[in-house]
Amino acid sequence: MIPAIVARNVRKSFGQVEVLRGITLEVRFGEVFGMIGPSGSGKSTFLRCLNSLETVDDGDVYVNGEFVGYRFQDGVLRQLDDRELSAQRMRTGMVFQRFNLFAHMTALENVCCGPMVVQGVAREEAHKTGRALLDQVGLKGYYDRYPVQLSGGQQQRVAIARAMAMKPEILLFDEPTSALDPELVDEVLETIKALAKEGRTMVVVTHELAFARDVCDRVAFMDEGQLVECATSAELFGAPKMPRTRDFLQRLNAQAAA
Amino acid sequence: MDEIGTRLPPMAGVVRVGLRHPVRWIIAALCVVVLVIVGRAFAYGQIEWAYVGRFLTAKAIVQGFGNTLLLTALAMALGIILGLIAALMRLSENPVAKAIAGGYIWFFRGTPIYLQLLLWFNLALIFPSVGIPGLWEARMVDVMTPFWAALLGLGVCQGAYTAEVIRAGILSVDAGQVEAARAVGMRGPQVMRHIVLPQTLRIITPPISNEVIGMLKHTSIAAVISYNEVMHTASMIYFVNNRVIEMLIVCSIYYLAAVTILSILQSLLEKRLGRSLNRSSRRVASEEGAGA
Repeated sequence: MIPAIVARNVRKSFGQVEVLRGITLEVRFGEVFGMIGPSGSGKSTFLRCLNSLETVDDGDVYVNGEFVGYRFQDGVLRQLDDRELSAQRMRTGMVFQRFNLFAHMTALENVCCGPMVVQGVAREEAHKTGRALLDQVGLKGYYDRYPVQLSGGQQQRVAIARAMAMKPEILLFDEPTSALDPELVDEVLETIKALAKEGRTMVVVTHELAFARDVCDRVAFMDEGQLVECATSAELFGAPKMPRTRDFLQRLNAQAAA
Repeated sequence: MDEIGTRLPPMAGVVRVGLRHPVRWIIAALCVVVLVIVGRAFAYGQIEWAYVGRFLTAKAIVQGFGNTLLLTALAMALGIILGLIAALMRLSENPVAKAIAGGYIWFFRGTPIYLQLLLWFNLALIFPSVGIPGLWEARMVDVMTPFWAALLGLGVCQGAYTAEVIRAGILSVDAGQVEAARAVGMRGPQVMRHIVLPQTLRIITPPISNEVIGMLKHTSIAAVISYNEVMHTASMIYFVNNRVIEMLIVCSIYYLAAVTILSILQSLLEKRLGRSLNRSSRRVASEEGAGA
């Protein structure tokens, strides 16, 4: 079976700054893959390369067995056009740090918008599945709320339902709890945890180490654009091999203890 | 309670008196006096109110104002269509489209509307005839009537201003909205239509309403190319009967009435578009509990 995600020597620069310096990793289907590391380590940028929100300068990114952003033809890589890119993006769902719910739509409309606009699903059917998804993330009865009328945690759960509405093979989470008030973090983590138990393929960029340790099958530690260490979560948190990983974990543990 | 605390007198239950504002009273009184003086001056001025009443419902004036409203609506519609196209061109990555839109805005914002109206009206001096070769042909003087010159002049010029309003509106939509729409798989035009433009609409409603109200009054400049809007009609009448002030008052009443109605429509529209920003049911949400 092909892996869900294959990255080989992925490089990416913003101007003079090289933010990804040769990332190589593999994510298997059914796996929950965590990515941790200090701010600016490139983990969010890497995640955004997986659905072409950023373009890669060099190296391979395969998602669902498809080369991301380009198609190999006549010996060259041709950039995908608008339509092809959409078809590719549909196969992943993304949850953003700042939720990015469509501000002019209710919770239900946010969830149904993708299937209706992109896949041409009929309103009745889309609403039915949309309501079921909102129920699943614990937002029964919140269908007609606009984003401003929801708390951060509720908004993020709507965003998770919106991502799932397209029935993607892979879910990408970009620091899903970083913009939340501390007391709202748990409800979102619980929702993600429940999805993990269903055996979904997920990549989660997070600062929540306890969550990464408990929920992720494998965890990658990134620093300064490099993948320092990638191991099962038990190994990475229990017995980190690389000094940089150890420093990072110790620093955070000291902070948590203080 | 410590010793110091007990020596400070407790003030619970004592009547609290607000601050007096004597200067406010003086200013208000002065304003009223000025208002009375101005009102009295007009009441005793040489205005034949009977003429105002009579011409308010005169057929020529009603038709003239009908033409004002027609020109306002059509010129504004043209302006919004051109403005949207120019805004999208200016925001596109195509350097040629970008430059053309920039040039359009530069020219039509850069010259007086009076000049532009005369240009359109005298287009026959540049292009004596107009048409599609082999199919249809006409003399420009027959095509470019005062109505068409006024509509094109006001509409094309309005488009240049509206383009900037719409562009600002589009730019103010958070980039995260576009990323989220892209992430669910929407194509460029779908993102624009379903996500960006609906949010732009809410943002640009106040400035566009302002432009509509401006347009209602700017149509009066079409009088210079003898389009029969209300000001032109009124001047035709006062050239004959010499009731200049009375006719101008009649026009003012029509304009004020129309602007009042437009303002009400604007606030209704804003209320409707602002539904998604209304936080009020937030409280209801929290009363229901987390719902999880």
